[in-house]
Formats: sequence, C-alpha cells, structure tokens
Amino acid sequence: MNAFMSWIEQRIPVMRVANMHAIQYPAPKNMNFWYIFGFLATIVLVNQILTGIWLTMSYEPSAERAFASVEYIMREVNYGWLIRYMHSTGASAFFIVVYLHMFRGMMYGSYQKPRELLWVFGMLIYLALMAEAFMGYVLPWGQMSYWGAQVIVSLFSAIPVIGPDLVEWIQGDYVISGATLNRFFALHVIALPLVIVILVFLHIIALHEVGSNNPDGVNVKHKKGSLAEEDKTVYKIHEYYTDKYDIIDDVVPFFPHIVLKDLVAFSVFLFGFCYIMFFMPEMGGYFLEHPNFEVANPYKTPAHIFPVWYFTPYYAILKAVPDKLFGVLTMFSAIAVLFALPWIDRGKVRSWRYRCGLHKVNLLVFTAVFVFLGYLGGTPQENWKIIASQIATIMYFGFFVLLWIYSGKEKTKPVPARITL
Amino acid sequence: MSDVSVDTNESATNNEQPKSSDRRKFLTVGTCVVGAIGAVGAAVPFVASWQPSAKAKAAGADVQVDISAIQLGQMIRVKWRGKPVWIVRRTPELLESLSVHEGELRDPNSETEQQPAFAQNEYRSLKSEYLILVGICTHLGCSPQHLVDGSFEQYAEGVAEGFFCPCHGSKFDMAGRVFQGVPAPLNLVVPPYQYVDDNTVIIGSVAEVV
Repeated sequence: MNAFMSWIEQRIPVMRVANMHAIQYPAPKNMNFWYIFGFLATIVLVNQILTGIWLTMSYEPSAERAFASVEYIMREVNYGWLIRYMHSTGASAFFIVVYLHMFRGMMYGSYQKPRELLWVFGMLIYLALMAEAFMGYVLPWGQMSYWGAQVIVSLFSAIPVIGPDLVEWIQGDYVISGATLNRFFALHVIALPLVIVILVFLHIIALHEVGSNNPDGVNVKHKKGSLAEEDKTVYKIHEYYTDKYDIIDDVVPFFPHIVLKDLVAFSVFLFGFCYIMFFMPEMGGYFLEHPNFEVANPYKTPAHIFPVWYFTPYYAILKAVPDKLFGVLTMFSAIAVLFALPWIDRGKVRSWRYRCGLHKVNLLVFTAVFVFLGYLGGTPQENWKIIASQIATIMYFGFFVLLWIYSGKEKTKPVPARITL
Repeated sequence: MSDVSVDTNESATNNEQPKSSDRRKFLTVGTCVVGAIGAVGAAVPFVASWQPSAKAKAAGADVQVDISAIQLGQMIRVKWRGKPVWIVRRTPELLESLSVHEGELRDPNSETEQQPAFAQNEYRSLKSEYLILVGICTHLGCSPQHLVDGSFEQYAEGVAEGFFCPCHGSKFDMAGRVFQGVPAPLNLVVPPYQYVDDNTVIIGSVAEVV
C-alpha cells in the first residue's frame, strides 16, 4: 500500500496538497460559530452542481417547453420534486450562508490587510452567484421568471447611447424570448458554474496564503525566528507554513479539529435545510414566488413584481431613486462599494471586539438597514416606503462614509498579543 | 567602424547584441499585436451570435391591423415584435380633457423623442382619434393597466382615465404621457405606423415622406 501511495505521490502530489491545504493547515483555535459558513457554502455549491446536473437531464430550455418540463420534473420524474427542491432551497440557502459569511468578515475585519484580495475574490463569487441565481430563476419560465428578467435586463437600457442596442444583444430578440431563455440556460449550467468554481478555488488559495483570521483579529503567524520554542504550536503544521513563519501555539490543525466542528455545523444546518425543503419549499412565496406557478405571459404583468428575497435590498435601492439612470448607477454602486471595503476601512485593528463603540453601532445599523431594504424591496409599493427606502439608501452608503471617517483616527482598545478564549 | 555620426556610432560599437534584441522585441510586439487582432476577429462570431437571429428578425416584421371594429373608448392589443401595442379609439371628450392636467406631466409637449416625428403633437398620434402606443412602461418594461371610468382617479386626482403600471406605480395619461413624481422617466413609446386606408394601419414602418 505504502509503495503504491509513494508511486502515486512521486507522480502527482496528492498527499502533499492534502496535508498543506486541509490536514495540516493551521487554523486559529478560537474560530467560533461564525466560521462555519465558508464550509457550508462549499457544501451548498456541491449540492447545486449535483442537483443541477440531474435537473438538466429532464429540463427543456425552450420557451414552449420549459414550464411544462419543470412540471414534468415535479410530477413524473422519479424524485424529480426532491431534486428540484434541493436545488431551489439550495439557491436560497447559498445566499443565507454567503450573507452570514460576509457579515462575519465585516465583524472581525477579515477583509483588512493582508486579506484584501481574499475579500475581493469573495465579492467576485458573490457577483457571479447573483448572475447565476438570476439566470437560474428565469429557467422555469413562469410569470416571475419572465417579468423579473424583463426588469433586470432593461436595467441596461439606462446606459446612455448603447443601452437599447445592448438590451437587444443580451436578449437576442426585441423582447425577452426563447432565445434569451436558451442563452441564460447555457450561462447558468456551463459558463457561470465554471467561473464560480474557479473563483472558489482562488478564494481558498488566497485564504491559505494569508491565513485565516479569527474573532480576535490577532495574528497567529509570526516572523521566522521571532518566537521562543515554547510559544510555538505543539501540533504538526505543514512545512509550507512553518518554513516561512513561526506559528504561535494558538492554532489547531484543520483536520480533525476544524473539520469536525464544520461537520457538526453541517448536521445542524441539514436539519433546517431539510425542514424547509420538505415542509415549506416555497417559504411562503419568498424562495419560490407564487406568480411563478403560472406560465410566462408577455401580455400580462403580475400585480407586483419582486425579485427573489436575496436581491430585494438592491431592488429597494433601485426603486428609491426617481431617475432611471441614476437609480441603476446607485444600485450598482451599492455592490461596488463593498468591493472597496478593505480600502474604505482605514482601521488597523481588525475585530470589532477591540474597535470603538461607534464601529459596532455602525455595523449593526448597516445590517439592520440592509435587512430593512430587503423588506422594502420585497413588499408592494406604498407611499411611505418611497421615503423610507430613500432614507435607508442614504444610510446604506452612510455606513461606508462613516467608516472611512472614524477609522482614520479611531480610539481602539488594546489588542491582546495572544488569542483569548 | 569610424565615428561618423552618433547614430552609426551606436549601432557600430554596440555590436550585434542590441540589434538582435531590438529585432526580437519588435517581433514579440508584432506577434502580440497580430495575435490580439486575430483574437478580436475570432471573438466577432461569438459576440455577433448574440444578436437577434434571422428568425427573430422575421418575427419582428411589420403588422397590419384592421381597426374598423374598434368602438369609441375601446382599446385593443396587438403584438408587434413580441411587444404589446395598444390601439385606443379616444372619444372627443377624452381628447379635450388631455390639456387639463398638462401641469402634472413631465413632458407634456413630447419633447423627448419617444415617438416618430409625426406624433409629436398634443395627441401624440397621426389621427387624433386613434392612440397607438407600445404598452411597455418606460421604467422597467412592465405592461401598464388601462384604467377607465374614474378608476384612475385614485392615482391622479381629476383624471378619469389613464394607464397605471402595477410594478412601480408609474402613471400615464391617455396620450401616453408620463406624470411627474413616478419612477418612469419618459412618455410611453409611440411605434412607427402608417395608415394604408381609413380602416387599416400598419405598425412597424412610417409612410415615406415625398
């Protein structure tokens, strides 16, 4: 067996890579509840790919057959309903874990130097995921698929000069049609999954290069030769890390410590996931919107058009601005500004545990505003909501403005030299 | 190998080394440029493939409509380029009422080109009786509802009839002109059309001006 393994290892570095990136990867020992969402996101990605492949086997990407083929999957394909609900619940679950994952990064300053690119890759994944989810939602060719696509695609018509031609080019027709559906299918099942998998790979490579942050935001990797022998980790950590740094005795190897923690989280996550999937796959019209149980009809707009819940905060921002072009620009800036977070935050202390009180308030208000915008964007238009969404939009951007101002000369608490538990 | 001028001096004394490296640089840059042009060329079919196909273009051809059966006050919908086109036969009273609420409109005189030149008038139509519009909201492409018999008044005081978009609450009057304070920036689009005779209209093209 050993001879066989070493025969392999000499030809392709299986164990070396496994040791370096999984088994002997140094993880801070104080990783808490908030550190499960990266793992869960990976699991959900696998779920989406697997169930997606199975759905493709019965789905027909044409304006005439798409809706009927989804009905066929739901009613006649063996376990088709289960596989489709795994996929549709997985889509929402993906965004839930990704939003929590992002919030974790903001709480503990995981985007700060030297993890700027790690954050940017994460944001690129988020962006690709939004495109992927949007195009996937068009595929059942229900009313909300059609009209949602109509709203999103016509965002591009706001671009001066080339806008209308660009929309025609995206649609492949003068309207959203079967041509649009077909190309969205191609992008949804081939192009974007490839992009997402590659970005996830880069995200993990970038993570392992800079190392995991932790709830204290304290460094665990120190300059080579700066630590006394008794302060160094007692665990077997891969030479890739120990050759370059002295690793302090505040880390545990990824396997089994972190893997087991993640597996516990995974089983708890599965309870919630399965409960929703089996008992409330529509989630009261939030995961699967009710107008989408009706086939797409270009001549009848549903009474209310909402995107799926994970887009509603940005949708509220779009609606808050009375000018079309400016509204679209504001909406895209709301996402773009997140990319710039590592540079907007000028603070030197990572974790909010040791940052000023204003920072905690600011982040919590931002989170509340984001959720509130989601509510505004996902419920029927009313007069008070116009003002409310305008105020909330200003507050959304206000978070970044405030952060930039106070992080320049922030009064922080002393950061411990070692991880606290 | 004499120092005749600065130019020849350099090329002469620096041996063949720089010449060859200059040549190599030129070849590298040249190859990259030619390669990039080739890559752009190769991208053309992929980009152009996204344009509407011949089938889609054929489906986008002109539509002939018989309007003889439309009653006063009635609206019919026809399909042109996959979009809903409304044809409303407006009553004389309705036409008169159009000037009343002009103060509440964004662009009462249709100054933005949302219509062929022939329709840039107070009724936004070729024949004032018939209003022909693309029934797609200029905000985000939903199809507004035609509200009649005073049911529009809840959205615009004193205006009995109009178009209301259920998506984001945009409002238009019976000439397709947008009200102020709604998300839609522009008046509804008047498609190109022409009358073949009194009862037949062709949507999609404009009569040649001689």
